Amino acid sequence: MPDKTITLDVFRFQPEGDGKATFQKFDVPYHDHWVVLDALNWIKDEVDGTLTYRWSCRMGVCGSCGMMVDGVPKLTCAAFLKDYYPSPVRVEPLAYFPVERDLVIDMEGFLDKLKSIRPWLIREQEKPLEDGVYLQSPNELASFKQYTMCINCLLCYAACPVVGAEEDFIGPAAIAIAQRYNLDNRDQGEHLRADAMASDEGAWGCTFVGECSEVCPKNVDPAGAIQRAKVDNTKDWYKRMLMPWGQR
Amino acid sequence: MADPIKHDILIIGGGGAGLRAAIAVAENDPDLTVALVSKVYPMRSHTVAAEGGAAAVVTDTDSFAAHCNDTISGADWLADQDAVEAFVNEAPRELTQMEHWGCPWSRDASGQVAVRPFGGMERERTWYAADKTGFHMLHTLYQTSLKYEGRIKFYDEWFVTKLLVDGDRCRGAVAIELRTGLIHTMVARAVIMCTGGGGRIFAFTTNGAIKTGDGMALAYRAGVPLKDMEFVQYHPTGLPGTGILITEAARSEGGILVNKHGHRYLKDYGIGQPVDITDPRHPQKRTMELGPRDKLSQAFVKEHEKGNTIKSPFGDVVHLDIRHLSAKKIRLKLPFVRELALNYAGIDPIHEPIPVRPVVHYMMGGIHTDIHGATPLAGLFAAGECACVSINGANRLGSNSLTELLVFGARAGAAAVAFAREQEYGKLATLEKQTNDERRRIREEFLTKQGGTERIAALRTELYHAMEKGAGIYRTEASLKETDRTLESLHGRYDNLQIDDHSNCYNTELTSALELRNMLDIAGALLHSALERKESRGSHQRTDHPKRDDRKYLKHSLAYRSGDGPPKIKYLDVVITKWPPAKRVYGAEAPTGT
Repeated sequence: MPDKTITLDVFRFQPEGDGKATFQKFDVPYHDHWVVLDALNWIKDEVDGTLTYRWSCRMGVCGSCGMMVDGVPKLTCAAFLKDYYPSPVRVEPLAYFPVERDLVIDMEGFLDKLKSIRPWLIREQEKPLEDGVYLQSPNELASFKQYTMCINCLLCYAACPVVGAEEDFIGPAAIAIAQRYNLDNRDQGEHLRADAMASDEGAWGCTFVGECSEVCPKNVDPAGAIQRAKVDNTKDWYKRMLMPWGQR
Repeated sequence: MADPIKHDILIIGGGGAGLRAAIAVAENDPDLTVALVSKVYPMRSHTVAAEGGAAAVVTDTDSFAAHCNDTISGADWLADQDAVEAFVNEAPRELTQMEHWGCPWSRDASGQVAVRPFGGMERERTWYAADKTGFHMLHTLYQTSLKYEGRIKFYDEWFVTKLLVDGDRCRGAVAIELRTGLIHTMVARAVIMCTGGGGRIFAFTTNGAIKTGDGMALAYRAGVPLKDMEFVQYHPTGLPGTGILITEAARSEGGILVNKHGHRYLKDYGIGQPVDITDPRHPQKRTMELGPRDKLSQAFVKEHEKGNTIKSPFGDVVHLDIRHLSAKKIRLKLPFVRELALNYAGIDPIHEPIPVRPVVHYMMGGIHTDIHGATPLAGLFAAGECACVSINGANRLGSNSLTELLVFGARAGAAAVAFAREQEYGKLATLEKQTNDERRRIREEFLTKQGGTERIAALRTELYHAMEKGAGIYRTEASLKETDRTLESLHGRYDNLQIDDHSNCYNTELTSALELRNMLDIAGALLHSALERKESRGSHQRTDHPKRDDRKYLKHSLAYRSGDGPPKIKYLDVVITKWPPAKRVYGAEAPTGT
């Protein structure tokens, strides 16, 4: 063991055991360049092979390693120990999700919410591939580009009090991804996403706390996407009220 | 879930190739069902980390012949030219299809897709989505696949441990459902392996944790040969310590590589001469920093031997300097490079050069397939990095791999559909017996195993240090044999693993142990292929056999598992159509494609 160590206080839960959640402390070697994920790997490799968590790319793009670090949703591959040292670091599974085991949460609910907004390009008529790509100017790309950056890490769900209180709220990432398609000039499916988006479980469930955008590691700004969705939905509502004969 | 789980097509691996294959099946034949089995949720697949771009001919000044020539010469003539021709021909259609599915390709002012130059390519033909092309492609494919709800069934976080083979035909697979630990019989009329490469057998790699060569090992253990395993690509610019990828696109945009004296050292290594960074011709294609990856990685080793590399807290590096690109250009075209350098190298590349070194990135070798993705085992197909067709030969050009996922994912999907339509399912009783044997094996060897003194991580660490030392950029018979001795001892010590986790639910220590076994198996295929290839070609450099020998070795290596002993190595001629083997030249002498 090197001279410096840091304590990780880690949430443990084993469904095959007594069903009780506990915290377990580990003293881990401290290195300036280590992230929380390095510490978890050291524990699993050297001390306790039963410690269970998800990870892969370790460069902030696969979205696997999201956990609560001292109560804040973080990608553990981007949470540097030096920002916590010498205090102990509490590591827990992402808030507001059912826990499968230790630091692994059940994300099936998120996938259902994602599917509900039809996250794919919808066209009334497809152009044949022989006719080439759809034209899209750099400005048109820029208008939705930010919302394409979501890595589905779910930190925004763990930060959102509405997600915590309302089980059916489809949540920040799903709404941001819906907007990614709605604002893409090639997409013609906004009306097909409207039911999911315009409901109380959709954009209107959001009370504009804004924590989602605070914790997003990719600057997607889901809060911005949701507020835009509210504005667009309101405009549509007025259009339908004032021009009921018109099409949306 | 009641066993056996039956689908017409079983796809193992949910990255770019697997998703493309699944969509191909769903679009090809609405009556067929597809299972997509992945040990991680598909958006976590390592395709997500690819950055630079995907190549396809699209400009008026480019040609299929030029893309073929670049690819074949880049491969040091070990690529099968019929496969390369098919690949190059189908590439533009596949990338256009991606655009139709919504992929946010970067655009030029006219609204067309933009293309950038890339290493070893004579013309600009690399389509890109900023510097996160793999990420955007993977999410486009995954989200598009969700359209086929009902036809594509996802088995997320299911870990395949064995292929089911009966009557010389692949009939399905045995898979652990991680959440519960239940081990299932999955039967199919055709199986497509899309599990990626195995870079994690080396110490420094761009690859994520999941890249442990699982599918290669599964096929190998089922008697399918692994082809060209000795050819491992080192990407010239990974971050020291972590190995995190800094894309070749940084050099496409004009980034330069300098040694400790501030010199652009590549000029000494037969990849042409530099022009000044202010010269409008910079960066010149197929020259200097836009040379092929094998030569750039080899140059680093030579510079290190000469004492010209820069010491860093994580070993020797050179500098990738992009400061002369404007801050605006970096923010627009290389934002992820900047983010990675800030987070993981502690520098802002707008103001400081990025420390880089070669790190393992891609395996040219893999499961032997034909140009349709069929392996020699009837009913088993393969596509993507886990497969070797071969279009990449002895060295892959950057941006050919992302396109490869699409072209061969689609081909393998179509071939699997055609095969499956003619097939019955295998004999259930036979297959379920195989699964029962596998359940017992896993229980006895891992879940109920007591005692044992070897930590999985200790064996893994020894493996990757030995591979890096003996089977790295330059190899000798002695270095390869020494690594093989280490590998032998690791096989023995594997039987004495210390397992802490005996539970069923979400047991990642079990999967780590199974992955380690896969890593040991593919390492053996690699080492023996490298030992038998007594020449230097592309990324396989033998200092004891420094020349390319077309007379003896214009052939693919085929490594066949042979009980507990070393694999048997056989050879298969490379398919030559229009491009006779020639001297491999870059820089000013580079011939243009005809």
